Amino acid sequence: MLRLIALRVAMAVPVMLVVATIVFLLLRLSPGDPALVLAGDNAGPEAVARIRAEMGLDRPLLVQYFGWLGEIARGRFGISILSKVPVLALIRDRLEPTLVLALSAIVITVVLAVPLGAIAAWRHNSWIDRGVMMLSVVGFSVPAFVIGYLLILFLSVKADLFPVQGYVSPFSDPVAALRHLALPSLTLALVFMALIARVTRSSVLEVLGEDFVRTARAKGNVERRVLWRHALPNAAVPIITVIGLGIALLISGVVVTESVFNLPGVGRLTIDAILARDYPVVQGLMLFFALIYVGVNLLIDIAYVIVDPRIRY
Amino acid sequence: MSATGQARSMPQRGVLLEALLSNRVVLCSSVLLLAIMLSAVFAGLLTGTDTFLIRPRLRLRPPGSEFWFGTDALGRDVFALVLHGGKLSLLVGLLAAVSGAVIGTAIGLVTGYLRWLDPVVMRIMDGMMAIPGILFAVALVSLVGPSLMAIVAAITFAEIPRVTRLVRSVVLSVREESYVRAAEGLGIPPLLVLLRHILPSCIAPLIVQTTYMFAAAILSEAVLGFLGVGFPPDIPSWGNVLAEGRAVFQRAPWTIIAPGLFLAMTVMAVNLLGDGLRDRLDPRLSRAAKVSS
Repeated sequence: MLRLIALRVAMAVPVMLVVATIVFLLLRLSPGDPALVLAGDNAGPEAVARIRAEMGLDRPLLVQYFGWLGEIARGRFGISILSKVPVLALIRDRLEPTLVLALSAIVITVVLAVPLGAIAAWRHNSWIDRGVMMLSVVGFSVPAFVIGYLLILFLSVKADLFPVQGYVSPFSDPVAALRHLALPSLTLALVFMALIARVTRSSVLEVLGEDFVRTARAKGNVERRVLWRHALPNAAVPIITVIGLGIALLISGVVVTESVFNLPGVGRLTIDAILARDYPVVQGLMLFFALIYVGVNLLIDIAYVIVDPRIRY
Repeated sequence: MSATGQARSMPQRGVLLEALLSNRVVLCSSVLLLAIMLSAVFAGLLTGTDTFLIRPRLRLRPPGSEFWFGTDALGRDVFALVLHGGKLSLLVGLLAAVSGAVIGTAIGLVTGYLRWLDPVVMRIMDGMMAIPGILFAVALVSLVGPSLMAIVAAITFAEIPRVTRLVRSVVLSVREESYVRAAEGLGIPPLLVLLRHILPSCIAPLIVQTTYMFAAAILSEAVLGFLGVGFPPDIPSWGNVLAEGRAVFQRAPWTIIAPGLFLAMTVMAVNLLGDGLRDRLDPRLSRAAKVSS
C-alpha cells in the first residue's frame, strides 16, 4: 500500500514538471512584451526597463525557467503584479466559494446521477432508461452558461425564487448561502451528471449480465438488493475513474459558472488575471488547477485498491 | 482480434451508410446537422448581409414577425447573426477536430510503435491533460490575439492527448498481431508498416472520436467568446453573439436563447451522430473515450 502510494506520487512529479514547462513557455514565448503591456501607454522607456528588471524578464530564458522552477519547488508561486499580493494568498482568499460550489455540485451529482444511471440500467430500454439517456445527451450539448442564464431568467428574474447573482458564505448565513448556491451548483452539476449517469448506466448494465448477479437472484434476493448490494458496488471502478477524469470538466465548469453567477472564486480570479495579463497569477493558478487534477486522480488510483482488492501493484 | 478487427475497422461503405440511415436517431440528427450547415453556408442568401448594420433605433426589439429572433443591443437582427455566426463556429469546430485528429494520430502512431519513446511522450500527454483546456485556451488567445488560427490552435491543444492515447492503445494491441509481424519480417520499412498495416485499425475509433471533438470544439469556441476572448464582434460567431447578449440578457433574453439554442442543437446532433457511428463501427468502444471532452 505504502509502496503503491510512493510509486504514484513519484509518477506525478514528471507530469507536474511538464505542466510547469508548458505554462512557462505559454507565457514567455507569446508575442508582445509583458513589461510593455504592464507599464501602460504613457510609461517612458526607463519605467519599462524597471518593470522588466523587476520581473526578471531581462535575463536569458533558461535562467528564468530554472529560477522559476526553483521558486515553485520551494513553494513560492510568485507575487501578483497588480495587487502585489503573493499568488498563494490570493488563491487562499478566493478558495472558499469555489470549494463550496464544486463540493455541492459533486454531492448533487453523486446523489442524483448514480441512482438514476443504475435504475436506467436495471430497467434497460424502458421509458425511464430513454429519459435518463436523453437528459444526458442534453446535458452534454447545452453549454453550461446557457443553462445558467436560463435558470437565472426563469427562477430568479421571472419567478423571483432565487437571488440572481452573488455569493454568501455558508459560515456567515447558511440559509442565504443555500439560496445563492442553488442555481450555480445545479448549473455546474448538470454536465457532470450527464457524464456520471451515462457511465453508471453502461457499467451497471455490464455487471447485471454477470454470473454472480444471476447467483444473487437465484439465492432469492429481492431485485432491489441485487441492484444496490451486488451490482452497483461491482460497477464502481469505472464510475470512480470517470469521476476522476471528470475533474477536468468540473474545473472548466467552475470557471464558466463563477463568471455567470458572479461568484468571487478561483475561476473568476483566473479569468480576471488572464485578461489583466497578471502573469505570475496566471502561472500560479494553472499550476494550482493541474495539481488538483493530478492529486484527485492520484487519490482515485489509491481508491482502486480499496474498492477492488484484486488490484495489486 | 485480427479477423474481427479487420472487419470492424474497414466496414463496407454502402453497408455502413445503409445501417446508419436505418437508425432513426442518426437519420434525424444528420438531417438537422445538414440543415444547420446549409443555413450557415447560405446565410447571405437567406437573410442578406445588411442586417449587421448598427441601427440604434431598432435596439432590443423582441422576437416578432419583422425580426424572428429579435434584435440585439446594437439593433442587429439576431436571426441573421445566428445564421451567419454558424459559419465561423462550424469552421472552428471542423478545423480543430481535424487538426486534433491528425496531430494526435501522428504522435500516437509513433509513440505506440517506438517503445523507448512511449513513457516520455505519455508523461507529456498526461501533463497536457492536467492543464484545464479552457483556461489554456483563454490564456493563449488573450496573449496572441483572437485570430482564427489562434482559436483553432488553442482548442486543438486540449484534444491532442485524447487522440494520442486512443491511437496508441490501438497500436499497442495490434503491434503484436501476426500480420504486423509478417510485414516487419518481410522487411517493410516501419513507416510503411505503421501507415499500411496499423493505421487502418485506428480509423473506426478515430472517426467516432473526431465527431465528438467536433462537438466539443464548437462548445469551446462559444465558451471562449462568452469569457471575452473570442472573435471580435465585427464577424459574428455563436461565441461572440452569446458574449454580446451577456450584458443585456435580463432585458432581452432572446440574445442568449436564440444562439444558445442553435449551438445546443448542433452539438446535440453531432453527439448523437457520434453515438450512432460508435454503435455501428465498434460496439465495444466505450463512452469513456468521450468522457473528458
